[in-house]
Amino acid sequence: MTTNTHSPQTHQAPDIKEFRTEVAAWLKHNRPADPGFLLPQTFMEVGSEQVLEFLREWQHKVWSAGYLGMAWPEKYGGRGMAPVYQSIADQEMRRLRVPICFNVIGLGWAGPLIMDIGSDYEKDKYLKGILNAEDIWCQGFSEPNHGSDLGSIQTSAQRDGDNYVINGSKIWTTMGNYAKYMILLARTDVQVDRRYNGLSFFLAPMHTHGVSTTPIKKLTGEYGFTETFFAEARISATSLMGEEGQGWQIAMKTLQYERGAEAGAAGGISILSIVMNDLLKMAQDVQREGQPLLKDPVTRDNLVKFLIEEKALYLAEKRISIPALCADYPSSLPLSGKLRGTEFFRRMRQYALTLQGAQSALYVGDDDTLDGGFWQRAYMNNFSTTIGGGTSQVQANIIGEHVLGLPKD
Amino acid sequence: MENARTANMTLTFSEEQAMILDSAKSFCRDRSNMTAVRSLLSSKSGYSANVWSEMVALGWTGIAITEQYGGSDLGIGSTIPLVESMGRHLLSTPYISTIIASQALERGGSDAQKANWLPRVVEGSIGTLALLDNEDWGATTTSCTLSSEFELQGTKLLVNDAAVADFFIVLASYNGAEVLVLVEAGALPSNSLSEKVLIDETKRACNVSFNGVTVSEAAILPNSVNALRDSRLIGAVLTAAEATGSSAAALDVVVAYLTSRVQFGRLIGSYQSLKHPTVEMLIAMDSARTLIYHAASLLDEQTLNQDAEIACRMAKAQATDALLFAGDRGIQFHGGMGFTYDCDAQLFLRRALWMQHQYGDAQHHRLHLANLLLD
Repeated sequence: MTTNTHSPQTHQAPDIKEFRTEVAAWLKHNRPADPGFLLPQTFMEVGSEQVLEFLREWQHKVWSAGYLGMAWPEKYGGRGMAPVYQSIADQEMRRLRVPICFNVIGLGWAGPLIMDIGSDYEKDKYLKGILNAEDIWCQGFSEPNHGSDLGSIQTSAQRDGDNYVINGSKIWTTMGNYAKYMILLARTDVQVDRRYNGLSFFLAPMHTHGVSTTPIKKLTGEYGFTETFFAEARISATSLMGEEGQGWQIAMKTLQYERGAEAGAAGGISILSIVMNDLLKMAQDVQREGQPLLKDPVTRDNLVKFLIEEKALYLAEKRISIPALCADYPSSLPLSGKLRGTEFFRRMRQYALTLQGAQSALYVGDDDTLDGGFWQRAYMNNFSTTIGGGTSQVQANIIGEHVLGLPKD
Repeated sequence: MENARTANMTLTFSEEQAMILDSAKSFCRDRSNMTAVRSLLSSKSGYSANVWSEMVALGWTGIAITEQYGGSDLGIGSTIPLVESMGRHLLSTPYISTIIASQALERGGSDAQKANWLPRVVEGSIGTLALLDNEDWGATTTSCTLSSEFELQGTKLLVNDAAVADFFIVLASYNGAEVLVLVEAGALPSNSLSEKVLIDETKRACNVSFNGVTVSEAAILPNSVNALRDSRLIGAVLTAAEATGSSAAALDVVVAYLTSRVQFGRLIGSYQSLKHPTVEMLIAMDSARTLIYHAASLLDEQTLNQDAEIACRMAKAQATDALLFAGDRGIQFHGGMGFTYDCDAQLFLRRALWMQHQYGDAQHHRLHLANLLLD
């Protein structure tokens, strides 16, 4: 593999506008040709070696060009620049719809965490491999039968000399079968008052005797997740992050980097952004009685409802930064963001299929599907967001209880 | 977000506006508790003259009026936090009517009309817009006429705060064009006003007959087209702001009941069948609040641009639908109590039903938005 082509000497900070133009030009010129197979819309859809290698090559190329990990230090593969440049690069990647940077658990969770609280040893060992896509990372929080209720974690990690012995299983491990490392939340102490207190956080090597994975076939018929089993798997005690018993706090910390480069993430886009404009374009292309569906009054009213909702969704991100406008129920917007966003996209994508008429009965693999089944995949895969990380119903409970002060069930 | 027509993501809120919001919140809370609101429901005027005088003294009626006419020229966007706070505490006064009427003058009036009336508005004179000839807020023509001898013929429906208005801005057709005409209250014959019984008992409106009222050519607003378009949009966004405040108040009333009422051995707020729709109320109110302050950030152009129009229409569509949902569920969630007049939940449902038609209902605005956004 090639190495980062940017020399380590300090550059003058580039002009923002010029930088945006430069990134856009590079992306347009280097955007990979259509590979002839379907590319994932999100990082949770990497279901074959073919897709994996394609994305690995792309991420490596983006990093080599200097557009990934830009705000990370140079000695760890970054460029030591202000986060704003990475944000701009991300915006351009999103706008130009290039393939995703798929190593998301590394780029957005584990990497920033290691940068934040990791030792020098950990930084040296892990960070560069995250950026250049040599080391794929996965996440082991959820367990079978416990969904997103992390307090109920049963997977155990028992100290034995210089090792921990891991037993148990994890589910919904994105790219579990391809990952080299897992950020693992396991129970080191069962004798605790509060069930969150006995958890510890590990940077666990997946290529370990006793660790095995089984791919999960999703409702779309594709793959992307595994169930991961630990049977007397011995990992080095150096994999423990922080101290025993700090697992819950560290796990919560990993969630805060997701908001992009400014929050510490390495950058790159993890999902293809599918917005109202895509739906409007479809409504323009689909014909009914010789005219575009976009001319139908009922369709128009429905589309405008979605446009209003989309606008409020994006503007809410701005209102969050104005405390005077969040004085009523101050935690409302931050806590409801997931529910508002994921449910909007679920309904919007469902409506896209409804508008396709009989064509929406076709599925990926049929030559007559609209855009290769783009909306079928987009809608069905969207359930990973309304279910994963706490279902919409759990989110509504959290908002009701923590924002409105309603009593627990 | 690559659609150029929805791409405007302006949302700004100045220190000045934050201070206005703070003082408006405490003023409205102090002057308009539920006892005060209830005591005004059956009163003739529907508002407290003392509170109105205080608001005038605080400079609120002049907040959007230019300095040359004695106002503080903070822009119409600065009335949004005031009006939202009024809605939050169901504080009714002729404020909204007066702001809309004075904006019609600011945006389309002659220098003489402005010089004559805007300083008086700053001092507390009351104005109102007389638009409707029938139940259709979407009507593009008017049956009210202004003859070549400048005599008006027509009756305007549901003119807000007409009984206390010092001046009216009347939509009429003149030489085949729509114009706005300034009519002083003193020019109306007696018995011109017929008070209507409104579903929202905190509001007051009359049908007003302008038959035979004669004005001069100078009563026509020179830039009526601009004034009519902008004051309709400003009416929509001010209604949206008031509705948003009222949604937040309705939510408070529901949450208070859900956290105190015990049924089947549990606080009823613990039931997800009540908890989840209450969260929907919160989210709908939050979206409305986001959209009214987005609109507030775009209102200060002399002629509202297309982005401002989109923002006002979105805010109105979202805010009154949100209030209708909160008002409706608010009754239901109070159970038998909700069916009584004494339960405060009815105030919000009645307000929602009144507000949804003001300056066009949600469907009306979505129809316009479709033309603006989809063609």
